[in-house]
Amino acid sequence: MAGGLTYTATESTAFSTAEIYGKALCELGEKHPEVVALTADLGKSTKIGMFGEKFPDRYFNVGIAEQNMFGMAAGMAKAGLVPFLSTFSVFASLRSADQLHTDICYQNINAKIIATHAGTSFGQAGSTHHAICDMAVARSIPNLTVICPADGLETYNAVHAAYDNFGPYYIRINRGFDRVLYDTTDYGFEVGKAVTINEGSDITIIACGSCVFQAYQAAKFLETNDGLKVRVLNMHTIKPIDKEAIVKAVMETRRIITAEDHNVMGGLGSAVAEVIVEAGKGCAFKQLGIQDKFAPIGLHEDIMSTLGIDQNGIIDAVREVMGKDFELDDDWDDEA
Amino acid sequence: MALTKQEWLELEKQAHELRKLCLDTTFWAGSAHIGGGMSVMDMLAILYYKYMKYEVENPTWEDRDRFILSKGHAGVALASLVCHVGFDDKEKLKTFNLSNSTMGIHLDSNKVKGVDASTGSLGHGLSIALGTALAAKVLGKDYKTYCILGDGECDEGSNWEAAMSAAHFKADNLISFVDRNKCMIDGPTEEVMALEPFADKWRAFGFIVKEVDGHNFNELAEAIDFALENKGAPVMIIANTVKGAGVDYMEGDYKWHYGALNDEKYEQAKASLEKYYAQRCARAEKEGI
Repeated sequence: MAGGLTYTATESTAFSTAEIYGKALCELGEKHPEVVALTADLGKSTKIGMFGEKFPDRYFNVGIAEQNMFGMAAGMAKAGLVPFLSTFSVFASLRSADQLHTDICYQNINAKIIATHAGTSFGQAGSTHHAICDMAVARSIPNLTVICPADGLETYNAVHAAYDNFGPYYIRINRGFDRVLYDTTDYGFEVGKAVTINEGSDITIIACGSCVFQAYQAAKFLETNDGLKVRVLNMHTIKPIDKEAIVKAVMETRRIITAEDHNVMGGLGSAVAEVIVEAGKGCAFKQLGIQDKFAPIGLHEDIMSTLGIDQNGIIDAVREVMGKDFELDDDWDDEA
Repeated sequence: MALTKQEWLELEKQAHELRKLCLDTTFWAGSAHIGGGMSVMDMLAILYYKYMKYEVENPTWEDRDRFILSKGHAGVALASLVCHVGFDDKEKLKTFNLSNSTMGIHLDSNKVKGVDASTGSLGHGLSIALGTALAAKVLGKDYKTYCILGDGECDEGSNWEAAMSAAHFKADNLISFVDRNKCMIDGPTEEVMALEPFADKWRAFGFIVKEVDGHNFNELAEAIDFALENKGAPVMIIANTVKGAGVDYMEGDYKWHYGALNDEKYEQAKASLEKYYAQRCARAEKEGI
């Protein structure tokens, strides 16, 4: 989609991902009087409060009451408004899961959930504030589109796409500053279509969120030091997943690694595995992420390192998978 | 303003037709939530036959008054109502609860015309209703939002989140009711999880509370008239009702939360509803002006 961002990429590094979200939402608010914003006492933390400062009559802080916030948003959307809701991902996906499921997704209403502090990005706050199963919850609710942007400018695109497309959206973004992957919003962001960050034919890393930058760094390192051509796919849309890009990667590289800041059960890795199994094409496969345990506390980068979803962890995984054997089928050359 | 005798009798007539339809639908379906359907029916009748503005030919008319049945398990009553007022064909009620019907126990707002929200998971309706009420203020519209909660569902904490918000945002265009039939699936509300002092709880959360006999149209009308005039705070009308109202063997018995009817029970219920209707008309004749 066309970007239309008025500040430069260099300036964007000065903003946290959530701040870029706040600016994108304010832009939507300027253009569209039906856009309203709701939060549950996290206006400052999620940056949705920036909308409230500009449009106080269209901003509803419901206090620490997520269930009510989701229900209210459903009622507002039913009446023709376009509500954006923000709270931490762990609360958006679990505390108000029943309202997300029934009020928003079952009714298939036009509400947009921008869930912040995703994965382990609120590191020191610990597991009460880590969202390690939100994508699993969100992905399994019908009608809900699930997006995990790689950085601030991709978040900008995702927020605009959420407005442009009718229906419930769940967009999970990190707390604080993300490593910057894109220097422009004009790179062809399209919901449900993976973006190839690095071309490669030896192995493919399919990543989302903060792992995309790490995967890209790993690919560059491996090209220089191991002579490997590593394809990196930014799978920003977890649902609907880009099946075509996954099967193409299987057929062309035969080795797949997924990387996500989320439990390996139910998130990106599971979604990719489902596609691979259904395609019936053999490949070596490894899932990086949180291995079905609660994460330690710490700085986000430190947790990512401990979990093996940073550059070094991904490099190790690539080397391991390059040495893996797998059973070739007879259809190696058939069409994907 | 008190109802005229003519208005009162007309409402009695419509409520009687609705109760009969609800009974028939339960019989056709084999079983349904008839106890709570019968207790809430007078509220549905007065809202749709006296107060609410809506167009059956244009169910999504943006200026219509909204109605959210938070106690979504009373879908058998709401299904009867939307068909009786003309949103859909009464024949469709013969499919209620059957496989692949558009009308299940809990009505789907995307499938049943005239239904403003898909409810059934309890403790959701008041938040949704608050959302539609506040949307009216954002959009500069003067429609009202009506919401009916069950008393048992008031155990859900989400209702009290919504209550706090309704008062905080001064949702005076939201008019809520509790169908206080004092029963829930496992027993009387006060035995399963005590709600009293119930009115005080709503008052403490910032509502103006009116307590009425939920089977007396005159009392319901006075409370709704008050709510429509009221400014600055949401109103809660606690409607004291009888579970299974009108069917003598169901009345006040929590075991009729969900029930099945055989031929004998069906005939007995029909006769009981006629007797109940006669008594209610006699009261309207006597007390109406």
